[in-house]
Amino acid sequence: MTSIGTGYDLSASTYSPDGRIFQVEYANKAVENSGTAIGLRVKDGIVLAVEKLVHSKLLVPEANRRIQTVDRHVGLATAGLLADGRQLANRARDESLNYRDSWKQPIPLKYLADRLGLYVQVYTLYSSVRPFGISTIVGGIDENGPTLYVIEPSGVFFGYHGAAVGKGKQLAKTEMEKLKLSELTTRQAVMEAARIIHLVHDDAKEKDFELELSWIGDETNGLHLPVPKDLFEEADKAARAALETFE
Amino acid sequence: MDHFPTNWGRPRNDAYDAYGTYPIAQRPYNGPKDTFEAGVQRTQQPIVTGTSVLALKYKDGIMMAADNLASYGSLARFKDIERLYPVGNNTVIGAGGDMSDFQYIQSLLDSLMIEEFTAQDGHSLGPKEIHEYLSQVMYGRRSKINPLWNSLIVGGFKDGKRFLAYVDLLGTTYSASTLATGYGAYIAQPLLRKAIEGYEDVLTEEQAEKIITECLKVLFYRDARSLNKYQIATITDKGVNVSESRSMETTWSFAEGIRGYGSQTQ
Repeated sequence: MTSIGTGYDLSASTYSPDGRIFQVEYANKAVENSGTAIGLRVKDGIVLAVEKLVHSKLLVPEANRRIQTVDRHVGLATAGLLADGRQLANRARDESLNYRDSWKQPIPLKYLADRLGLYVQVYTLYSSVRPFGISTIVGGIDENGPTLYVIEPSGVFFGYHGAAVGKGKQLAKTEMEKLKLSELTTRQAVMEAARIIHLVHDDAKEKDFELELSWIGDETNGLHLPVPKDLFEEADKAARAALETFE
Repeated sequence: MDHFPTNWGRPRNDAYDAYGTYPIAQRPYNGPKDTFEAGVQRTQQPIVTGTSVLALKYKDGIMMAADNLASYGSLARFKDIERLYPVGNNTVIGAGGDMSDFQYIQSLLDSLMIEEFTAQDGHSLGPKEIHEYLSQVMYGRRSKINPLWNSLIVGGFKDGKRFLAYVDLLGTTYSASTLATGYGAYIAQPLLRKAIEGYEDVLTEEQAEKIITECLKVLFYRDARSLNKYQIATITDKGVNVSESRSMETTWSFAEGIRGYGSQTQ
């Protein structure tokens, strides 16, 4: 990185001469160091999956979840700094509750993504704060059906059919492009999501990881819930088997 | 000299010692001098009201019933109001009293349940917790002399246990195997007690429904703020079920000949 040492990377409130904000780019680096998170938007629902790298065998299994629930119909997966993910999820819950109190309706995902985008962007404006070190996938079902957004550390957000953030995002995106997402059922998408996470995991570099899977669809009555144990086992097993035959 | 720019140019208050150090030095106050200027009014009476809620324990769980009427004074204003409201998968609350306060309570509970849901910790609030929460809210509001004007019955079934309890606008709570609010507390409660007490563990759903419908019918004939259109809720190990609105057969023809009961003019 040639930009280091030029003095333009000390604050999020300083541009470099060619118009970049280095602190935001460093925040993206924090995301790239993290285990992959993916989101699939399919025919009748959303599936979120995370490759949670386990840095110590002493950790309690299923602790430090990276998929969080924002509202009945909204799930949120993050890649990057875990604590930043929690902070943003709390903000998302506040936004969601606030919308409900005002309008007596569940929050539309477009509105939620917009609000979270604004919130994240504010942290790129001041020298006294640091930008969020996370890319966030928000998925849910609202009046327009299944919806999926990604919010980046700069505050920009885009809607996707399939989204991937973190270490293995390139490979994950390549795999997702092969799928006919708009024809899959949520149940099929759970199998695919598990397979992709297993595939992008680099055994050589990191040994252990925990798979996190959640879904929202007709089978959950529109609720964001962890994938039930039996389906999880099935997907996990199939993913391991597919890995053997890959290539 | 007064160092607070907001005080400059305003009439001096000689009763106030800006340099006083006892009890505690305070910034000069420029708000309204008249204590009653920002006078507040609290709820003095309910406006749109629901009448009785009935509830009982039976073999498989809890049964509750309430009619669909919301009155505006003595006017039968709304005839399609649902006064039994499911909260989560194990609880139903039924409300008499002010219907707008009840709707506010519903939104309070919705927020609470969503907050608990988002924790995703494998726990959910059951009837016991919801009743405790409501009792704290009701007592808190009455202590601010601004009560939520309701009497509520919380019924539920969780972890194999039946739960049935009452809380009202004063924050009073109690529990029994039969409960009734409003006019029902006077008219239906004795009938319910006679039919239920001692038989809580043997009564079937059909028997319970027959008893509770009979009580509703008695209330319809005696309570001028009631309606013969009602709903029944059951909470069992299978979860919550609030029925569609249904009507019962009633007749007023017998009233013709009874003085003071029908429409005699003299």
